[in-house]
Amino acid sequence: MDLSALILADSRFPGGGHVHSGGLEEAVSRRLITSERDLPGFLSGRLRTAGSLAAVFAAASAHAAARFVVSGHWSRLDAELDARTPSLAQREASRAQGRGTARAGRIAWPSPVLSTLVAETPRPHHPIVLGALVGVAGGSPYDAAMAVAYLAVSGPASAAVRLLGLDPFAVNAVVARLDLRSVCEAAAAVAGDDPASLPSPGSPALDLFAEAHARHHQEEVRLFAS
Amino acid sequence: MPAEGHGHGHFHEVNFDPTAAEPDHYDAAPTAGRAYRIGIGGPVGSGKTALTAALCRALGDEIQLAVVTNDIYTTEDADFLRRAGVLDPARIEAVQTGACPHTAIRDDITANLDAVERLEEKFPGLDLVIIESGGDNLTAVFSRGLADSQVFVVDVAGGDKVPRKGGPGVTTADLLVINKIDIAHLVGADMEVMTSDAHRMRGPLPVITQSLVDTPDAPAVADWVRSLLPVRAG
Repeated sequence: MDLSALILADSRFPGGGHVHSGGLEEAVSRRLITSERDLPGFLSGRLRTAGSLAAVFAAASAHAAARFVVSGHWSRLDAELDARTPSLAQREASRAQGRGTARAGRIAWPSPVLSTLVAETPRPHHPIVLGALVGVAGGSPYDAAMAVAYLAVSGPASAAVRLLGLDPFAVNAVVARLDLRSVCEAAAAVAGDDPASLPSPGSPALDLFAEAHARHHQEEVRLFAS
Repeated sequence: MPAEGHGHGHFHEVNFDPTAAEPDHYDAAPTAGRAYRIGIGGPVGSGKTALTAALCRALGDEIQLAVVTNDIYTTEDADFLRRAGVLDPARIEAVQTGACPHTAIRDDITANLDAVERLEEKFPGLDLVIIESGGDNLTAVFSRGLADSQVFVVDVAGGDKVPRKGGPGVTTADLLVINKIDIAHLVGADMEVMTSDAHRMRGPLPVITQSLVDTPDAPAVADWVRSLLPVRAG
């Protein structure tokens, strides 16, 4: 795995990821998750839907960055991921993390590819900018997919520890048992496809949680931005 | 203590005394073309929001000002400022910190930088953005990538031993404010001990003691802030 992918997957990476729970906070507030036992189902579901979608677009973006795509490609990827993300709150969360990742990433891996991407999509989606950074740095589409798929589950797992005081060893073990490899191999296999024909896994429950989270924040305190 | 000569004709450039505090030797990042950014940090309940409100009252008519609040009780602090009526509510941005207020001001400043940039887009020509941290512990300091200068606020009710305990907040903040001195006698805090410990821990860095009951506009802190802002033409 390329160093770029390890850095981007690290919770210490200063890209703004630590304020997002991936719907976990909403699930906790509804008492759908109260203990370590509830976590594998949530994380596995998230990996196979939101995580898989992110992996697909990160892999496609790494593929595109490595072959210096023609102008307009980043806008197409952006529009296609938008179309696969029905929740406005989730699109906002993705773009917030994308902007943060771009800010940190342009300093770490400056490149004309990234400049083009940011010029075309000033608030890029997180998987797309992350994939581009991995591609620019010389990593593979699989590496990029692995980084975002891991973030799709490590963020909520960490939020569960913070919100519920769960045993961090047990939570870590749940993450370690998830099957990221098959999700990322599938994503890498279609990395060179036309953006419009990329897979479109979805999770209506997570979409609704994201919307509810944003709505509840107007009424009561939420610790996470999503 | 600052680097100093000690009788045999040379200066020590690097000070390895772990209790030493001295001003940052390096120039701050250039602030031309953007608002000056001051961070206000300190333990829970020490009076960060009250100080922020006081600075808004003192400076709001003189300069273009905006505020970012960070707290696990985000809406609480933003609402406090809005209710206080000291600043146009549109000039207040609230940031969620994912239950880690120190991370949001130090290790990963993205959410705060985004909030500052949103304010600068909404209000071009801002002179000052105050970033108020969520209440945290004595080790929480602002990244220099986020705040050009920082204030650490402690209060007499937290115990008069707090300055002596040190920590990066007390020892390295550009300004230490000891708050609520009007109730020092009620909580058994010895102001002499607090201020002398603070000066001992901080070396040449400034310490201001204040009571927002006695001086609601925090004049000493407001003067310190004025001294930081670039002199503007006209």
